[in-house]
Amino acid sequence: MDRRDALAKMFSAKGVRVNTNRGEAYYDRLKKMMQKRLRELRESPAATKVDIQKVLDAEGLSRRDFMKWASAITAMLMLPASFTPLVAEAAELMNRVPVIWIELQDCAGNSEAILRSDSPTIDELILETIDLEFNETLMAAAGHQAEAHLEETMKTFKGKYLCVVEGSVPIGAGKEWCTIGAKAETFEEHLLKVAGDAAAVVAVGTCATFGGVPAAAPNPTGAVGVQDIVKGKPIINIPACPANPANITGTILHFVLTGQIPELDHLNRPKFAFGYRIHDNCERRAHFDAGEFVEEWGDEGAQNNWCLYKMGCKGPMTFNNCSIVRYNSGTNWPIGAGHGCIGCSEPQFWDKYAYERPMADANIKAPTGGVEKSVDEFGLGLLTAAGVGIAIHAAISATAGKKEEEK
Amino acid sequence: MSSKHIIVDPITRIEGHLRIEAVIDENNVIKDAYASSTMFRGIETILKGRDPRDAGLLAMRICGVCTGTHYQRSIEAVENAFKVKIPKNARLVRNLLQGALYIHDHVVHFYHLHGLDWIDITSALKADPAKAEAESYKWTKTPYGTSKSDLIQIQERLTKFVKQGRLGLFANGYWGNKHYKLTPEQNLIGVAHYLQALDMQRDMSKLMAIYGGKMPHPQSIVVGGVTCVQDIQNPARNAEFKSILVKARNFIKNAYLPDIAMAGTVYADEALDGTGAGLKNYMTYGDFRLDDNDFYKAALLFPSGVVLNGDLSKVYPFDQAKVTEDVTHSWYDAPAPQHPFDGTTNPKYTGLEKKEDGLAYLKTDEKYSWIKAPVYGDHRVEVGPLARMVVGVASKDERITKYVMGFLDRLGGLLGLGKAAPASVLFSTVGRTAARAIETELMADVMMEWIDELAANVAAGDHSTWTEFDFDAVSKDAKGYGLAEAPRGALGHWVKIKDGKIENYQAVVPSTWNASPRDGKGRMGAYEAALIGTKVADPEQPLEILRTVHSFDPCIACAVHIVDTKGKELGSFKVSTSCSV
Repeated sequence: MDRRDALAKMFSAKGVRVNTNRGEAYYDRLKKMMQKRLRELRESPAATKVDIQKVLDAEGLSRRDFMKWASAITAMLMLPASFTPLVAEAAELMNRVPVIWIELQDCAGNSEAILRSDSPTIDELILETIDLEFNETLMAAAGHQAEAHLEETMKTFKGKYLCVVEGSVPIGAGKEWCTIGAKAETFEEHLLKVAGDAAAVVAVGTCATFGGVPAAAPNPTGAVGVQDIVKGKPIINIPACPANPANITGTILHFVLTGQIPELDHLNRPKFAFGYRIHDNCERRAHFDAGEFVEEWGDEGAQNNWCLYKMGCKGPMTFNNCSIVRYNSGTNWPIGAGHGCIGCSEPQFWDKYAYERPMADANIKAPTGGVEKSVDEFGLGLLTAAGVGIAIHAAISATAGKKEEEK
Repeated sequence: MSSKHIIVDPITRIEGHLRIEAVIDENNVIKDAYASSTMFRGIETILKGRDPRDAGLLAMRICGVCTGTHYQRSIEAVENAFKVKIPKNARLVRNLLQGALYIHDHVVHFYHLHGLDWIDITSALKADPAKAEAESYKWTKTPYGTSKSDLIQIQERLTKFVKQGRLGLFANGYWGNKHYKLTPEQNLIGVAHYLQALDMQRDMSKLMAIYGGKMPHPQSIVVGGVTCVQDIQNPARNAEFKSILVKARNFIKNAYLPDIAMAGTVYADEALDGTGAGLKNYMTYGDFRLDDNDFYKAALLFPSGVVLNGDLSKVYPFDQAKVTEDVTHSWYDAPAPQHPFDGTTNPKYTGLEKKEDGLAYLKTDEKYSWIKAPVYGDHRVEVGPLARMVVGVASKDERITKYVMGFLDRLGGLLGLGKAAPASVLFSTVGRTAARAIETELMADVMMEWIDELAANVAAGDHSTWTEFDFDAVSKDAKGYGLAEAPRGALGHWVKIKDGKIENYQAVVPSTWNASPRDGKGRMGAYEAALIGTKVADPEQPLEILRTVHSFDPCIACAVHIVDTKGKELGSFKVSTSCSV
């Protein structure tokens, strides 16, 4: 029973809960703050004067479509429905916030992801209407014209622009070896320069947040995340490989709304996106509770969409909203495609989680600090009263099966 | 004899970090050119010691653009080592995933990465929408999204955007350069399709998500098969795939191909005089298995082979044993050119030279890139869609020849030649871009066959998605390779496995071949060779350099190398640095 208590505790630790109802006084204060912020933005000179209504007309979308989208975003940001008009207004003001997007040790996966915006089509419009001034993957200018435009944008919007960073920063052996621009600035110099005059820095993707792939053992170049280098600036981490574009746009919206960064967890991740455990909202969760697991690829369990925990799914250790938002306009997500979660929004996931076997077999310490003795025992975590009997039965039969084999 | 040294860094609208330096003479003709990769991560080193079954997920992160290609090849290198044969459903799903990548990648490349080298956005503001609509009928009977009302809306949107004085991503482009040759109406058609392609590519990405879970970085391929059991068994998923593919084909046939015909006609002189041809040696590893025969014995959609000096009458079989790599001009030490299997890696970074003008220059007489110079036999070669089409035609592949000849016939008609345009027009920057479009149409058509084949196979009761294997038995001592064609060209992964762990891992990828520096004999890589002899209209706006470099669809993160941080040989761990992984 001690063991089960420990597991229950792990699954319901306070630190991961998002308080979604904070009482009227709190929301009134927040609303006033947002209104003031939106007033300021309205009065500030626009970077681009894109009129969202005109854009909507051009795209053949109705105001109703737009408000539907705004209410979905409001829910995603965990705000009461009464905030919807403010969110809509913020979307209309998106163009006031210039964005400079730089790429370091990256694979362009996050740039590609933002192109595919997996929310309603209107997200793409929002992308068009934020003032994306610099992004190497998409911008027309190259060479010294690109560098000049970067300098000019930084000067014009000093202290006002958002700096989005994709890719890790080498500060070990690779420090001198990665350069950018005609003057051959190192990646670290480049980052410090652009982040220096930014209002806030948004690290997108796991490489920029925690070092990601380049930082995986043995980390040949000494790669680190943005937060290890940039100091004295608000930093928002939007991990995952690649980051879900809905979370990127959601974060930028929040910044427009409040002039502040959203509430973050201990890893500087916005709680609205990373306050959920994959496992808690998984479409296969009932099978976990019932002790029904896929035992090998393509077996009967796989045909019936059973739980992938035994195939190495790291949903129980991973915080992200994939199970709710999904990818590519809600088309699918890894667990939907029959593969376990690899924990890609967690620090050091390449060395901790990205393998196709359960934690128990990998002999890696679970976040609880204990090594799991067996998959089946782990499966006794968060049990529903109704599921207890089934799960225990499944556990016993599976353990019995293993013992049979050992004989 | 005055010469001018041009530096273009960053080269934008590519994947990765690339620097090009060029020397032009008094007539603004490029006399010398150098390509340098300035970023690396060391992914092959990171893979060492890991479980081979997990390699694919990590190897995929080599690139977020050819996403899925590295994943599949890594898995197939391991399957090849373990001698695991995958079920038919798995082969079809993998072909569909990779095919989806091709059409998505090629469309994004042409419109969003390459298009602005041909299309002058600002000129589109002056267009007459009615005339532009009429213009669109010159290139196809059924134009896509270019009715007068469509174009009026797009032009209004663009005009408003430009009037604000902040062009965002379009700021500081080479607008107005006299080597932009399209009329305002043609530019407006291009801009319309640029914007419509943004929508279209989002839909196309769903194709990969249906059987892959997400895009970029899908997650449904495993050693032995695929995991997307419910997606292939669900007829609604199959129908969803098909309906998106139908839309994508419509765009490819009625926007992308006509735009290529239009650009090909307007820029025909550059194609006919071979601007940007470069090496004229073409190589393919081959890809897309059409049957379930054993590894490298199956019929292929794109045959493997080598064509030399643009001679289509002869095709040489590709033999991976003939690949060597040379580091004379790369930031490594090595005694002699080496085959990837025997490659050593000894980093020797000598940096750039800072000059009085405050800029840094490549030390071109010495070492100047993180990319090694791969050599096939005794030839420097080009890889990519053009190589695939050329090798296909030279191999007398029926399907490829039909598509290529179809395009050349059309172009001949448009140019009033009275016969098909000569195949030699393909040996140029314009031709390289056209070959990619020809391939996209072929791929979209063949995917229609594959999706039906998958549905029929499942309907006939074959639900198999994975082949079992005894990991402990097969992983004691094994080696294998996965050879493929990424959208950008020949891509291969080589793996050695000992006692269940990766002992050695290597990848040789498209940008290794194309973006490499000179070799020990002073012979240029494909980008460098293609730039020589090109006339630059305005040295302040090296549009022509971007045009030719972009025509290869650079993907430079894939060219990052192994680094032993202590700068010594890695003992028994042999690595290839042909690619900057």
